[in-house]
Amino acid sequence: MDIYRAHVLVCGGTGCSSSGSATLIELFEQKIEEYGLSKEVKVIRTGCFGLCEAGPVVIVYPDGTFYSRVKPENVEEIVSEHLLKGRKVEHLVYTDHATKEQNSEKALEDINFYKHQHRIALRNCGVIDPENIDEYLAMDGYRALEKALTTMTREQVIDEVLKSGLRGRGGAGFPTGMKWKFAYNSVNDQKYVACNADEGDPGAFMDRSILEGDPHAVIEAMAIAGYAIGASEGYIYVRAEYPIAVKRLRVAIKQAEEYGLLGDNIFETGFNFHLFIRLGAGAFVCGEETALMHSIEGKRGEPTTRPPFPAVKGLFEKPTMLNNVETYANVAQIILHGADWYNAIGTEKSKGTKVFALGGKINNTGLVEVPMGTTLRTVIYDVGGGCPNGKKFKAVQTGGPSGGCLPESLLDTPVDYENLIAAGSMMGSGGMIVMDEDNCMVDIARFYMDFIVDESCGKCTPCRVGTKRMLEILQRIVDGKGEEGDIEKLEDLAKTIKNTALCGLGQTAANPVLSTLRFFRDEYEAHIKEKRCPAHHCKNLLQYKITDKCKGCTACARVCPAGAITGEIKQQHSIDPKKCLKCGACMEKCRFGAIIKE
Amino acid sequence: MKIKGGIDTIMDDERTKFAELEKLIAEHKDQKGALMPVLQGAQGIFGCVSEDVQKAIAEGLGVTLAEVYGVATFYAQFSLHPKGKYLISVCLGTACYVKGSQSILDKLSQVLDIPVGGTTPDGKFTLEATRCLGACGLAPVMMINGQVYGRLTPDAIPGIIDKYRNDDGEVA
Repeated sequence: MDIYRAHVLVCGGTGCSSSGSATLIELFEQKIEEYGLSKEVKVIRTGCFGLCEAGPVVIVYPDGTFYSRVKPENVEEIVSEHLLKGRKVEHLVYTDHATKEQNSEKALEDINFYKHQHRIALRNCGVIDPENIDEYLAMDGYRALEKALTTMTREQVIDEVLKSGLRGRGGAGFPTGMKWKFAYNSVNDQKYVACNADEGDPGAFMDRSILEGDPHAVIEAMAIAGYAIGASEGYIYVRAEYPIAVKRLRVAIKQAEEYGLLGDNIFETGFNFHLFIRLGAGAFVCGEETALMHSIEGKRGEPTTRPPFPAVKGLFEKPTMLNNVETYANVAQIILHGADWYNAIGTEKSKGTKVFALGGKINNTGLVEVPMGTTLRTVIYDVGGGCPNGKKFKAVQTGGPSGGCLPESLLDTPVDYENLIAAGSMMGSGGMIVMDEDNCMVDIARFYMDFIVDESCGKCTPCRVGTKRMLEILQRIVDGKGEEGDIEKLEDLAKTIKNTALCGLGQTAANPVLSTLRFFRDEYEAHIKEKRCPAHHCKNLLQYKITDKCKGCTACARVCPAGAITGEIKQQHSIDPKKCLKCGACMEKCRFGAIIKE
Repeated sequence: MKIKGGIDTIMDDERTKFAELEKLIAEHKDQKGALMPVLQGAQGIFGCVSEDVQKAIAEGLGVTLAEVYGVATFYAQFSLHPKGKYLISVCLGTACYVKGSQSILDKLSQVLDIPVGGTTPDGKFTLEATRCLGACGLAPVMMINGQVYGRLTPDAIPGIIDKYRNDDGEVA
């Protein structure tokens, strides 16, 4: 094996790829060649580092220098200065948004964003080349599978997972070990292991990053699960919208087969396990387990009633055990280090860590993994760096379309399954969207309801018709046509849908409305009674005005598409509300901050 | 409108596509749950799954046309009608939405003069709203034929569209 004196790690996750990291990799290779360093420096395309905000991200080892927002024109400088002469390129070193701190001496782990994290599911993301199985093997890869197959009975494996306290990371939090046990207890000639990688929650990308950054961790865990429950085949159902993840899974499965870690007679124990990939086709409801299985069967992804539970009758009518990507990503570590190591992390009922996708109005957008029990405040302020541009925090949304919005007063809630439900939201798969004072909570509720109406499969009436009626009411409220009694109608519909819908999608569909009604009722009332949007977001409920800060530069009048702005040069201008389209172009153009929304 | 290359070329082109479809069906025929992968492949070959394509799949796999139609219309990925040369997908995931992706979508609709879901009369652009492209760090984002544009503002839209409008070849 060749030994290199330095490694250049370039993030090849979706976020950084979108901002051009593939070009960077090519350029690095080209420049390193030009400077005659090919035998000394190696370029590696890794999975997601997590700090997507700073992308494209480049890390140079052994010193661990963290370069952020690297552009193609910076590559030569890094090669000629850092890699050739050993001088860090200070102006490209990552700067902490919140603290404005830039310290090139700091190790990666000491940066605020990483300091509070504890990476188990993400341990290899951004560290190894996901398309090279040898790198995974060097990180103790497939040792857990070997341990399980050669030194543990099937019952011992299930006991270990049960004792670890691991719960389903897809959102509902059902104890993983129990699921395994149910499937183990089912007697049948054929059983299946399945992986839910149909990450449909808008604004969540935990599973995608794990698949892109460490696909073997999921494959290894599925093989362990197959051994434990007695299944010889597994299916991974992954979103077609994740081309990089699909490609890396395919590469990983092929490599594992070549190494004899998948296939027949694994580790010469007589255990056979084959893994297949199935692509989703853009249906949110397919995240529901029965719907997902129908989709793998090549049918419409509509849910069916339970029982029978999948552990008894699932995929192709056979006992099936389905876990989420992140759940699997914890399994090998639990087998390797033991249940006691794992259940020492977290809270009384929620063990281990949870990965969150931080997004929205937050400085450090990205992927974070924190121990259960970390407070929302720590995640949002210490890790996430708070809201940008000095705006005031308003709410944090967890749990996606099934979850809720929590206000400032609940920020000290320690994050675990029970606490989030008690607070009126839920863990969900791990999306965490921050909203600031400019976001209208009624409109956010409308946004989620619009999503649900779009994604409802239409099989049961409460979800198909009920959510549509709720959307109509919400639309009318944000349009400024809300009526007395609308809030009560929403509450009534929400309760009915919750009690009568067929599957999880419908039963939780009203949560965003209920939670915003609970914490931001005043905003609903302002829309309905005063025809006013407190966040100045809803177009029909706001007016643009020009204040006396106006210098009469005419920039606004020139940019207005409706010709609604008039005034003499060097005199204060005014907007004709009848002509105004409320496009906001004038406000963007004004250099004096003279245009306001009311 | 003049047909480029004449009717024979089009017929040849169609024949090649259907031959490709036949091969695809043969590959998946004995697989459990073959309908989804076959439809996905067909969507890739033809750009849409029209009635003729659905009929061919139903015959090839030995399932009813109703079943094929049922699956094809259930999933957002399958389209029954051809789409424009450039498919513009604006992310309306939560992270993008709270950062103003609706105004990006509105601007595109205005610039292209088509509603969301529509295709321009010259067949060049189709405008779609999509759910989470997973590039939340760059919000708000849109994708044009696989190329992601991030940290967008409405002002940037006309420039990007012009680049595609003025170029008949491939755009990098």
